Amino acid sequence: MVPGGAQRRGDPPSRPVRTLRVKMVLLGSSAVGKSSLALRFSKDEFRSTSPTVGCAYLTRVVHLSDVTLRFEIWDTAGQERYHSVTPLYYRGAHAALLVYDISNRESFIRAQVWLKELEKQHIPGSTVVWLVGNKGDLAQDRRVSVQEGQVLATERGLSFTETSAMSGDQVVELLLAIELCDSAHRVYEGVGAQQEVLSEWRETPLVDLCRTHTFTPAASCCRVGP
Amino acid sequence: MFPDPTEINDGDAADKEDPAESRLSDVAAQEQSLDAEPLSDQEKEQETEETENTERQNNDSTETADGGTEDAAVDHDQSDSGEFVVTVLAKAKLEEQGIGVKGRSSPLLEAGTQECPAFISHRDEDVTGDSWRQHRKHVFVLSEAGKPIYSRYGSEEALSSTMGVMMALVSFVQSGDNIIRSVYSEQHIVVFLQKGPLVLVCVSSSRQSEEQLRGELLYVYYQIISMLTQASISRIFEHKKNYDLRRLLAGSEKILDGLLNLVDSDPSFLLAAIHCLPLASSLRDSLSHILQKAITPNLVFSILVAKNQLLTIVQEKTVIEDTRLEPTDVHLLLNLIGASSAFQAGEIWTPICLPLFNPDCYFYAYISYLDPPECTVCLLLLSTDKEAFYAVAECKRKIEEAMVAQNSLSLIAKAQSYSVSQVGVSDLRHFMYKPFDVPDTYRQLTQFTSPEMEAPYSSEEEKMRLLDLYRFMHSRIHSTSRPLKLIYHVAERETLLAWVTSKFELYTCFSPLVTKACAITAITKLLRWIKKEEDRLFIRYPPKYSTTPNPSKSSRGGKSDQQDSTDNGFLSLL
Repeated sequence: MVPGGAQRRGDPPSRPVRTLRVKMVLLGSSAVGKSSLALRFSKDEFRSTSPTVGCAYLTRVVHLSDVTLRFEIWDTAGQERYHSVTPLYYRGAHAALLVYDISNRESFIRAQVWLKELEKQHIPGSTVVWLVGNKGDLAQDRRVSVQEGQVLATERGLSFTETSAMSGDQVVELLLAIELCDSAHRVYEGVGAQQEVLSEWRETPLVDLCRTHTFTPAASCCRVGP
Repeated sequence: MFPDPTEINDGDAADKEDPAESRLSDVAAQEQSLDAEPLSDQEKEQETEETENTERQNNDSTETADGGTEDAAVDHDQSDSGEFVVTVLAKAKLEEQGIGVKGRSSPLLEAGTQECPAFISHRDEDVTGDSWRQHRKHVFVLSEAGKPIYSRYGSEEALSSTMGVMMALVSFVQSGDNIIRSVYSEQHIVVFLQKGPLVLVCVSSSRQSEEQLRGELLYVYYQIISMLTQASISRIFEHKKNYDLRRLLAGSEKILDGLLNLVDSDPSFLLAAIHCLPLASSLRDSLSHILQKAITPNLVFSILVAKNQLLTIVQEKTVIEDTRLEPTDVHLLLNLIGASSAFQAGEIWTPICLPLFNPDCYFYAYISYLDPPECTVCLLLLSTDKEAFYAVAECKRKIEEAMVAQNSLSLIAKAQSYSVSQVGVSDLRHFMYKPFDVPDTYRQLTQFTSPEMEAPYSSEEEKMRLLDLYRFMHSRIHSTSRPLKLIYHVAERETLLAWVTSKFELYTCFSPLVTKACAITAITKLLRWIKKEEDRLFIRYPPKYSTTPNPSKSSRGGKSDQQDSTDNGFLSLL
């Protein structure tokens, strides 16, 4: 209903169309396949990518019977020079995907550093964190076992999956799982409820949660919030 | 003996010393020196001069591929340069193998110095092979500690000893309170440029002038600055002298490679001017108008690009009063867009520094293609507010809508460069015309216009040959010792005429049989034609906008306000 990007100001409020907006951020060292995963998510394509500059913003709209899901995917650059700006992108994310390359042990270790960083920022319960072992097609070069990933995820209370952006294996499953998991604290938004959307970067995710609980589809934005 | 082949700061310009030169090439031929041969030989000279600092002295045994400053890799104890070369060779081989073992799966220094396989092949080039040595133009970037940062061909690790030698040269001359500028040999010229803690070196057989090559090195430096800012780089090296800057530049090799390819093939860089796509002035105005209307606070520049050429550029009013956008900054932006296919996937939001605008601060650039999947028309919006993504993305939405309403995309798609035949001068094959700022357009971006290169300059080799001729003419016009205003040059297969006045700089290429009188007449006609077409060929009146309805929140911040601790927070990573 709204093509890509931010919601428009000035649309008539309280239309009974519901959009579930899922802000998702991909984190991890460079060359682990974040952009390839993002491309799979948004366009179901695979092509060789060049290093991301800054951060790429992609969207994927999924229509379900009762609701429209709008995935906003922030594909961050893994390069160290961008690390200082990365919090810009993961603030307020509903789902954070910590991606590592199963054939690169260093990237697995870096994922744990990312996790620490993320834990400093996010409010428990507001962001679903997934540990994603990518490049599943390179099983012959595997340096990180499935168990290791699983153990780390269990220890830190994360969800875990292994994917292959190249073959597309488990990618759609991951997207759906994120949706399911995220539905525990859905962020409904009527098209009219603009303030929250536009200011989302500055808000803590907690505000979104409040909204979720008090939300009624027909309500105007004025009645929402604490 | 050292000053012979080395042009010292205060020395005579570009004089070759024949004995030194022939000696250099002899040595190279006999020993099959595998690194830049003038350098290794220089090194030998340096050894005998006994100038090096002690910290390098006993590192011979402890040097490793990933070592620190000791990568300078100079075996000072050896008096025989043949042995020196052999040592260097052995080490290079060793390092090469080390790299060979490190496949896609193994970690490097930090996550991700190895990138997408597409350009691994290029970086994997055998630096001991002849083909490596025969590249027309090598460019190296290293830190003052001699640490490799970038090499155009071959991997930096394999070249760490070569770069160490370069740094030894630089610091040797420096220790005499002087600055090394260039080294001439029969085939090559080696140009040095020192910028802050970075040393840039070009080894060229392209016959370009030293000044031109130094200008190209400066572009490389600026591109690095555009990614990291000058302030961060200085701070990093103040903090840690032997920091490996590749950590921060990881993934940007392709941008630097792309820049160097552009520098070789696009005369914009030589002329330091922008080549905009010829467009009916009414269409250009309507595009500017669209950009002018889609604004948000803190937006500073809106730039529309098609086929890697500028369509229009709209600037915030208060900013343009202070500073104008320099062609170099636009070149760097265009190269960034051209070099990264990553932009085609979605909307990009990235910090970027415009080094000539302000070398120490970041802008936040929103980059998006307007015509997926073709991806030829690209929109670039620069804001000083790092949180402004959604607001700026909304501007793009407005621009997109307006462009659909006015059918702009299909009109842009029809726009193309022009043929020299349109000028209607029979002997004229090609030209480049760069008008200078005249007072009433003082704030204007420096531009030039040039037709397509057509037969006989359609093949890559011929294009390059013509560009080389232009570069030669340019170097004569801009010679530091004897600048010229007018050159009539009869070359083997064409005749060229270059002319610089207070109003313009012009390079023309004619068929070989043209007479001088004919050429002059042709140029008069050409100038008349350009005058007639200038509204189409140039961005005549760069439009402005004001994004400051609220004067308290001025976007003059473009100059200084934007700097905050997170913007340049690289130190926290150390």
